[in-house]
Amino acid sequence: MAMAALRREGSRFAPLLSPRPITAVRSSPLAPSHEDEGPIGVRYISTQVVRNRMKSVKNIQKITKAMKMVAASKLRAIQTKTENSRGLWQPFTALLGDLPSADVKKNVVISKGLHKLNSGPEKETKYVILGEKAKAQLIRDSKKDIELIMTELQKNPLNYTQVSVLADEILKNVEYDALRIVFNKFQSVVSFVPTVSTVLSPEIVEREAESGGKLGDLDSYEVEGGETKGEILQNLAEFQFSCVMFNALLENACSEQGARMSAMDSSSRNAGDMLDRLTLTYNRTRQASITTELIEIISGASALEG
Amino acid sequence: MFRQASRLLARTTTSRRSRAFSSDVPATPAQDSNFIESWTKVIPNLDPPKTPSSFMAPRPATPPSIPSKLTVNFVLPYASELSGKEVDMVIVPATTGQMGVLPGHVPTIAELKPGILSVHEGNDVTKYFLSSGFALIHANSVADIIAVEAVPVDHLDPALVQKGLADFTQKLSSASTDLEKAEAQIGVDVHSAMNSAITG
Repeated sequence: MAMAALRREGSRFAPLLSPRPITAVRSSPLAPSHEDEGPIGVRYISTQVVRNRMKSVKNIQKITKAMKMVAASKLRAIQTKTENSRGLWQPFTALLGDLPSADVKKNVVISKGLHKLNSGPEKETKYVILGEKAKAQLIRDSKKDIELIMTELQKNPLNYTQVSVLADEILKNVEYDALRIVFNKFQSVVSFVPTVSTVLSPEIVEREAESGGKLGDLDSYEVEGGETKGEILQNLAEFQFSCVMFNALLENACSEQGARMSAMDSSSRNAGDMLDRLTLTYNRTRQASITTELIEIISGASALEG
Repeated sequence: MFRQASRLLARTTTSRRSRAFSSDVPATPAQDSNFIESWTKVIPNLDPPKTPSSFMAPRPATPPSIPSKLTVNFVLPYASELSGKEVDMVIVPATTGQMGVLPGHVPTIAELKPGILSVHEGNDVTKYFLSSGFALIHANSVADIIAVEAVPVDHLDPALVQKGLADFTQKLSSASTDLEKAEAQIGVDVHSAMNSAITG
């Protein structure tokens, strides 16, 4: 494919052997004329333009390479944290099960954007948005459904204290039956899976436990400590929420850095390819102008002689 | 040409990888199919998002007789201290006091207060100081202990603990608002627990 492109460009420069290339080349430092028309109406490019283009592409390549390095180092730091935090939500899911389809009246969806969950009638869905990108996306059509917007989360590296404060804010301000956290789970640098985690409010947990099904054996658990079972379940739900949020935010950050790294990587590879093609073009132009100069000199000399 | 080849390779490796994952995932249980159905009704073009249960290894079922060892998972937000470790007994600091958990313990949800968690394996005892959390004990003799912070007891510095205790007791006596009183009280509790952990 690259060979075909080169051939195409080669044919563009064949008419460099037309009469006026010297003036184009010589005058280029003063007046970079990109496209002169030769007598037959064909066009060619001066080396100055190609050189400028090469310089800018090289700069772009350097920038994207640097961005890739930055993203890779951030990814490495945050990936170990994410993998360590993966054990955090497993006990809760083991105890309380995973009910993405629990039928609730009020759904609160927390997301960093890029997902939109629709639900049927009678169920209201409110959004809590984390991050600027999500805000821009969802604010246009779901403006009245947005409860809270939180931005500038990436300023300090994520730690559990920060997330627990965040979770506290959300729990204080939002009434919910079920909280659904939507995030991208990091599987590898090139693959992220959208995932929905559900945290149910204590009342719904009671309801599901009574109706049997997945949470049926929750009642068989003795509850130690505290005054009432309800209080413990409430604490448990809040703790579960902050743990799941912590993991979700870390996974999201990992996925973001991974996506950034692969985007920058393909971009710098692209820039490298462009640079190769431009270098070939430049060399061709240069050699063609040298050849025409030689031809003129030699033909002039032979005219003098003979 | 080479770029296309590398793109093709990347595509096959990711598809191979995703196929490998789908073989690890246990069959999605009945309730998830409700979710998938309602999703496909609303948005048929996108794949439904995954849920946490598809990323978790399924827990062992309740055995008919009491097993000999307790499996302990001790997790913190930034690390899994113990995962799937088979031990004889653990003692957790529940709000109602130190609670010993043996294999075959009744399923329990216990809220924890700051105190010592000790893990007994044969003749070794490992002690950690926890700053509150939850302990979930399941019927299949699996104990999940989730704490916000935990350190091995020998990492605690007695001098700093004494100083902290003195500071917080002073703050408690001079606290004016309810919030400050609550915070100071928490500080006093944690520090006195740490104190008894070092000495006791």
